Amino acid sequence: MNSVGSECNDMKRDYDQCFNKWFSEKFLKGDRADEACTPLFKKYQSCVKKAMKEKDINVEDVERTILGTNSEPQKPPSAKPSSEESTSTSGTS
Amino acid sequence: MQTQTLGVNTTAYKMARYHSKTTVLQNDWDQVASAVWQRYPNPHSKHVLSEDVISRKVEDNKLHSFRLLTKTNHLPKWGERFLPSGTPRFASVVEESVVDPVAKTFTTFTWNLNFTRIMNVREKVVYSVSPENNGWTQVHREAWVSSSMYGFIRAIQHFGVDRYKKNSEKANLGLQLVLGRLFNKGQEVSSEQKPVEKKILLKEKAKVAKEAAIQVAQQKAQQKQGTLM
Repeated sequence: MNSVGSECNDMKRDYDQCFNKWFSEKFLKGDRADEACTPLFKKYQSCVKKAMKEKDINVEDVERTILGTNSEPQKPPSAKPSSEESTSTSGTS
Repeated sequence: MQTQTLGVNTTAYKMARYHSKTTVLQNDWDQVASAVWQRYPNPHSKHVLSEDVISRKVEDNKLHSFRLLTKTNHLPKWGERFLPSGTPRFASVVEESVVDPVAKTFTTFTWNLNFTRIMNVREKVVYSVSPENNGWTQVHREAWVSSSMYGFIRAIQHFGVDRYKKNSEKANLGLQLVLGRLFNKGQEVSSEQKPVEKKILLKEKAKVAKEAAIQVAQQKAQQKQGTLM
């Protein structure tokens, strides 16, 4: 899959390959040490952050933790049980 | 007057339209978790233009990631008036995720970074082991669609939920295709397929053909109308 900056595509591909192997063969198997792909990640990062700047996308905006915080939206009380498909209008905060 | 306007906007933001749906994938959780990272590109993700990892760390044995996706953002003709000229041609979407390999849950929270005043779509997806069969994976999708365009909120929410439903169906189909490519190699030519899988494949093929036809029709219509974003 392409990067937001086409000049980063090769670096992204190398990192993705390393990450996917690490994720399925190490992380899911219980080995949580995560430095295996760090050099490739750093190289790719410096490229992608430059590309984002050029496209006016703020890195700080992306790294906002929502999951597990008060900002995480909640299921409205009127919604049906989760096993069914449901659509409803309700207040969230 | 200013206070009043602010009040309306806050209410509008709070009044989100909610949609949820649960589906089941016949692959185990480990396979699904690996496939989620590799789900783009696929034939159902033409609207996804790029995908990048912005930060990633292992904390408390969980993998936390922030990714940036850019997607095409076609709006209906009546929505064009809300966009000032010179706005970017794509929507930036943030995907926060937490993978817990012990509890076997993969949670993503996705939201759009720009165009939020017009339409704000927030989606939470939880991939977990199916309670029916521990070799299967349950995908629970929830979405909150809201808008601050006073006077158009209902129309925009309606359009947003409708588009969300179509896109989440595409997301499920795309993920199934990627799972097949990664783990069920040769499935499409195998004669030992389970009937249920065959049925899904046939449905899948029919859907691809139908979508191709729709795409051609849409392209023609867009050429006539001029495309927005």
